[in-house]
Amino acid sequence: MTDTLNALVLFANFVFVPGLAYGSQLALGALGVTLIYAVLRFSNFAHGDLMAFGAMGTILFTWVLQGAGITAGPLPTALLALPVGILGAVILSLIFDRTVYRFYRAQRAPPVVFVIASVGVMFMINGIVRLVIGVGDIRFADGGRFIIRAREFREMTGLAEGLALRSTQLITVVVALVVMVALFYFLNRSRMGKAMRAYSDNEDLALLSGINPDRVVLYTWIIAAALATIAGTLYGLDKSFKPFTYFQLLLPIFAAAIVGGIGNPFGAIAGGYLIAFSEVTVTYLYRKFFTYLIPGWEPEGLLQLLSTEYKFAVSFVILVVVLLIRPTGLFRGKTI
Amino acid sequence: MRTLVLYGAMAALLIMVGMVQSWNVSLTIINMCIISAIMALGVNIQWGYAGLFNVGIMGFAALGGVAAVLVSMPPVPAAWAAGGGGIALSGLAVVATGVAIVVLRRKLTGRLRLWGTIAAAIGGYALIRMAYDPAIAAIEAVDPAATGYLGGLGLPIVLAWFGGGLLAAGAAWVVGKISLGLRSDYLAIATLGISEILIAMMKNEDWLTRGVKNVTGLPRPVPYEIALREAPWFVDFSAQLGQNPIFFASIFVKLCYMLLFATVLIVLYWLSEKALHSPWGRMMRAIRDNRDAAEAMGKDVTARHLQVFILGSAVVGIAGAMMTTLEGQFTPGTYNPLRFTFLIWVMVIIGGSGNNRGAILGGFLVWFLWIEVETLGEPLMMMLASGLDPAFELSERLLDAAPHMRLFLMGLILLLVLRFAPRGLIPEHSGPKAARKR
Repeated sequence: MTDTLNALVLFANFVFVPGLAYGSQLALGALGVTLIYAVLRFSNFAHGDLMAFGAMGTILFTWVLQGAGITAGPLPTALLALPVGILGAVILSLIFDRTVYRFYRAQRAPPVVFVIASVGVMFMINGIVRLVIGVGDIRFADGGRFIIRAREFREMTGLAEGLALRSTQLITVVVALVVMVALFYFLNRSRMGKAMRAYSDNEDLALLSGINPDRVVLYTWIIAAALATIAGTLYGLDKSFKPFTYFQLLLPIFAAAIVGGIGNPFGAIAGGYLIAFSEVTVTYLYRKFFTYLIPGWEPEGLLQLLSTEYKFAVSFVILVVVLLIRPTGLFRGKTI
Repeated sequence: MRTLVLYGAMAALLIMVGMVQSWNVSLTIINMCIISAIMALGVNIQWGYAGLFNVGIMGFAALGGVAAVLVSMPPVPAAWAAGGGGIALSGLAVVATGVAIVVLRRKLTGRLRLWGTIAAAIGGYALIRMAYDPAIAAIEAVDPAATGYLGGLGLPIVLAWFGGGLLAAGAAWVVGKISLGLRSDYLAIATLGISEILIAMMKNEDWLTRGVKNVTGLPRPVPYEIALREAPWFVDFSAQLGQNPIFFASIFVKLCYMLLFATVLIVLYWLSEKALHSPWGRMMRAIRDNRDAAEAMGKDVTARHLQVFILGSAVVGIAGAMMTTLEGQFTPGTYNPLRFTFLIWVMVIIGGSGNNRGAILGGFLVWFLWIEVETLGEPLMMMLASGLDPAFELSERLLDAAPHMRLFLMGLILLLVLRFAPRGLIPEHSGPKAARKR
């Protein structure tokens, strides 16, 4: 019995909790991608770097706050700085929308031209981030490190395995939940949210009923940039901030959005958790887990399904399977 | 006319570098220019002919590099003895699993079918790992400092150029089969994914490519400088030209490379032009310009897209193998999307998408700028920084900033060209004039 409990705690500590936090970050990122796709109708390759840019703004203002001696007590100071980061990302997105995307929108250019343009934007943002903050690893989490420490947990329960819960993980999940609820409330209840959904469903019909397309686009960018900043900051708090990892996050985020059904916000959330949990379960070392579950069995190898370097392959494989079997995604997003 | 002037200007630029800096530098740039031009040609086949957006050029180019290793390096008999059987066995297990899944999916129905597939996949995976893990451990233990991999076939490296094309074509078939026929964005995402995974494999599968330990000392298709300096015929030859054999040897080697590469470029250019102006090429452009109309005329759009995607990727693979040949080493760690995917895109879009001459010019021009801007940029940054107190952090920051500026500028150039000159330097011929030309 204790062995089974130990195995479960082990699993929760190394798979469930990290997966939940990572899934929340991916879900927020995928929500941004999916919103842009639903309203503006292209896959925004610059989203990963927009996340980096927003997180950078947050970090810079965090340093300012810390320099002024303002902290959030047990919470990370970055949470206080978040609005500034969001503001920066929103301004940047709107500048790029004005200078780049609006022209192609007026032309009704094919989606692939938007995608190429977004790649150009991706480079520019990436260059800005590296210029301003450098390429190194930055850790900016402060405040309380742990909610529950592994040692405390062991003493509390008398088990051999400990369950550590870092404060950043809890914050990630809570913030993500709050943001998701707020987003759905906005999309389903507010006038603007309804206009956005109408515009996404049928552009011409929405225009006929007097919806102002410029305002819809404006709100979409504001929301997407806010989501990107929150996702980027949470990811940075949980792990660390490094511009290149944000570029690499693009693939899991796209996979999450497409798996859930691109253009469908609920699908993006489900997809985010699906991708995150698959990635973590597949790259986890099961050796100790099974020694608890099956007494007397000492496996030779580490019992790892796939080495950590290939974690991007997991999202890719899931993406491929979904594209082959059900191209509209699990929750039926926009038609292909 | 415009083409001639632009190519003349490009040649003048290269000659100028030869005069001002040195012929050695100029030839180094020319060789990479030719390789870049071939890559741009491959991308132009995909984008210019068919409108396919491939964001995984890096992966296909790296596959060419793998081909160079696998074809040209001498085999490592000890490694084959240690793990060759195991690798073959795991290959067999892969095939067996695939067959089992296909058979099960045919025989079973309903819910049983799904679970049968999953069970076969899991069982097969366990089987593969059981054969694979000990085999790679054995191979990587064979003299890890020098080999630790299976080695190659020990064939002349020029054959690897074909091999690179084949490998890239194979990868392109898989990617295209999955993602073509869906929305255009999906191909972009799928190629982005596959290229990241290919690079990850090359970095980690040490038994195949030595991973980040790199494979160095690839055989060359041209003579070595040291051998030339001692060869009597070469010493005579350089004396006749009035050159110092020691310096002339390196120039001579680069000239040899240039001739080889230029031959490949010319052949590929000729083939692409032939294809473009054949009925096949017209069909491709018809599909690109109006997909629905072409489909209504009975053209199988997805199959044609797959075809052109494979062809373009193969050309990129050839160029990738040539690049690894030129460098004489395969270093998976150096592949990054900026240099190997997006730079090529900028070449195609600046040069003129849809026009092969444009793509080649774009390859030359952009590579030239990519190299020369750095040589010019560094003194400029130094100058900017020299006015400042060296102890001040900013001067160091400015020097560090140069490579990041490149990212920013590349993005800016891409956006500017896309918006203000979407047809590029040498636009595609269209209308009755193009028809008359051929």
